[in-house]
Amino acid sequence: MAVLVNENTKVICQGFPGGKGGTTHLNLPVYDSVHEARERTGANASVIYVPPPFAADSILEAIDAEIELIVCITEGIPVLDMMKVKRALLNSKSRLIGPNCPGVMTPDACKIGIMPGSIFKRGKVGVVSRSGTLTYEAVKQTTDIGLGQSSAVGIGGDPIKGTEHIDVLEMFLADPETESIIMIGEIGGAAEEDAAQFLADEKKRGRWKPTAGFIAGRTAPPGRRMGHAGAIVAGGKGDAQSKIEAMLSAGIVVADSPATLGEAVLKAMGK
Amino acid sequence: MNIHEYQAKALLRQYGVPVSDGRVVLKAEEAKTAAGELDGPLWVVKAQIHAGGRGKGHFKEPEAGEKGGVRLARSVEEAEQFARQMLGRTLVTIQTGPAGKQVNRIYIEDGSDIERELYLAMLIDRQSSRVSFVASTEGGMSIEDVAHDTPEKIVSFTVDPASGYSDFHGRRVAFALGLQGNQVKQCVALVKNLYRLFIEKDMDMLEINPLVVMTNGNLKCLDAKMAFDGNAMYRHADIAALRDESEEDPKELAASKFDLNYIALDGEIGCMVNGAGLAMATMDIIKLYGAEPANFITSDPNVKGILVNIFGGIMRCDIIAEGVLVAVKEVGLQVPLVVRLEGTNVELGKKIINESGLNVIAADNLSDAAQKIVKAVKG
Repeated sequence: MAVLVNENTKVICQGFPGGKGGTTHLNLPVYDSVHEARERTGANASVIYVPPPFAADSILEAIDAEIELIVCITEGIPVLDMMKVKRALLNSKSRLIGPNCPGVMTPDACKIGIMPGSIFKRGKVGVVSRSGTLTYEAVKQTTDIGLGQSSAVGIGGDPIKGTEHIDVLEMFLADPETESIIMIGEIGGAAEEDAAQFLADEKKRGRWKPTAGFIAGRTAPPGRRMGHAGAIVAGGKGDAQSKIEAMLSAGIVVADSPATLGEAVLKAMGK
Repeated sequence: MNIHEYQAKALLRQYGVPVSDGRVVLKAEEAKTAAGELDGPLWVVKAQIHAGGRGKGHFKEPEAGEKGGVRLARSVEEAEQFARQMLGRTLVTIQTGPAGKQVNRIYIEDGSDIERELYLAMLIDRQSSRVSFVASTEGGMSIEDVAHDTPEKIVSFTVDPASGYSDFHGRRVAFALGLQGNQVKQCVALVKNLYRLFIEKDMDMLEINPLVVMTNGNLKCLDAKMAFDGNAMYRHADIAALRDESEEDPKELAASKFDLNYIALDGEIGCMVNGAGLAMATMDIIKLYGAEPANFITSDPNVKGILVNIFGGIMRCDIIAEGVLVAVKEVGLQVPLVVRLEGTNVELGKKIINESGLNVIAADNLSDAAQKIVKAVKG
């Protein structure tokens, strides 16, 4: 099972300009359009590596071709471009992960994106994170303590993105292979507060899996951009403390250091 | 990317949005002539810095006088005097921090007869993934205060990007602001033009505070703040040219020229990390172990130790290791350096560091790295 990707996922790569159809690259066939690639190969997923000025167009093409899972790694897409993309995703057949993300991986089955495969081990923890490198921390630590991962999903740090924490948490709750969850957020926006509320609401309905959390940026100076737009503290809202409190009140075990994510998930599981 | 008020007003004028006539001056000698080109009999003399709260701010130097960064002059001579007092002096406002900002440009503007002050802003709302309007009858004050004290006086709504602006959006703003008759028509035109400007120039944020109703009943934008999406600057050479580098931290500016994300901090441990999330988490853990994070600039005298923390996905650890060694050999190393590598090609990366013969402290994981660098610095 796991989520989003598995042994049967068939991936194409949107990575270079059109006009090279009929040639091969890395011994794989090249097509002129996503529509053509989908028709010829039966692909149900696409990974996008094109530069920022062309990335929104590539995502829109994949949506138009009804690709089920689109993963966009590209960092630096203009936010108004993403606004159009987000609108196009409504009522479409596609789910977008990213942009500005490391991708998705189910160990021993399928990796889409740039995560270091060597640190993974097939197992029971579902990992979801806005930050790419903190996804790796969570994966490494759950591998080291022997739990392993069902799937890891880097949703990306941009203010407008295809998939939010809540969407992935819903998938993990529904996935029988996922027994516990690590959710990593960072300062800015209100997505972590919403996600904590979602877990609290589901718990009342009797749906719950042990969950550990971490929020990066407790010590970030207010009002500063830390690399990407996702991490802006605006007037007390979206700061680390409000997110941590929301997580704690939902029953999530919050790690106070990025080095103790593994311990936190064990604690959440009562071990 | 932020721009100055006078630049924002030039853009507003270009898009048919009503603003006062004004002139920017860089030298006090130019102020009298500039003011003379305007109608009078009142002139507003405004310090141009990238921070809000100028009117209520104060200058550090006594020579600048007791008034704030926005002054009302009753003659061209007085306008020149204000310009002379403010230029080159340091203005401290609620947004500049205690250090303040040096005033290098002055904007002189025709005075307006104000009846009512309103508030209007546009921004990207991440929750709805749409452009959002924020309007309030309580103009001229901080919108955060209005939101805190009288939230019912703020009206906010979003625009569907698929259909874009329609006149009902403009009417909605007009009625939220309590406008009547011809003012509604003016407001619809204003909102339409602001939306077009926001979209065409890839803005992050546009704030008109105050938008005023003048005694003659007409609307005018009295102040304007604009922020643009840095990721979209490649398609707006005209906006990129408005960047005022003197408003930016010189170290952050130098780093940006090499496409590095650099944030100047005041601490003692320089950090070089891949990824914003891990960078913030690294700062958090350094604080957790009792020291203060700074940045990786070898010339920074505050830096007493350096932590390199890389979790390589697409970035290979061996390349990082070689880069660190080259840097150490080139610039020398006067302070302790802790390197923590993990991820792709980690074994090769560690081997390169260990066999270099240089005085580099290797760390096995994040907390080990944080403890080692804090210990090296604090002793």
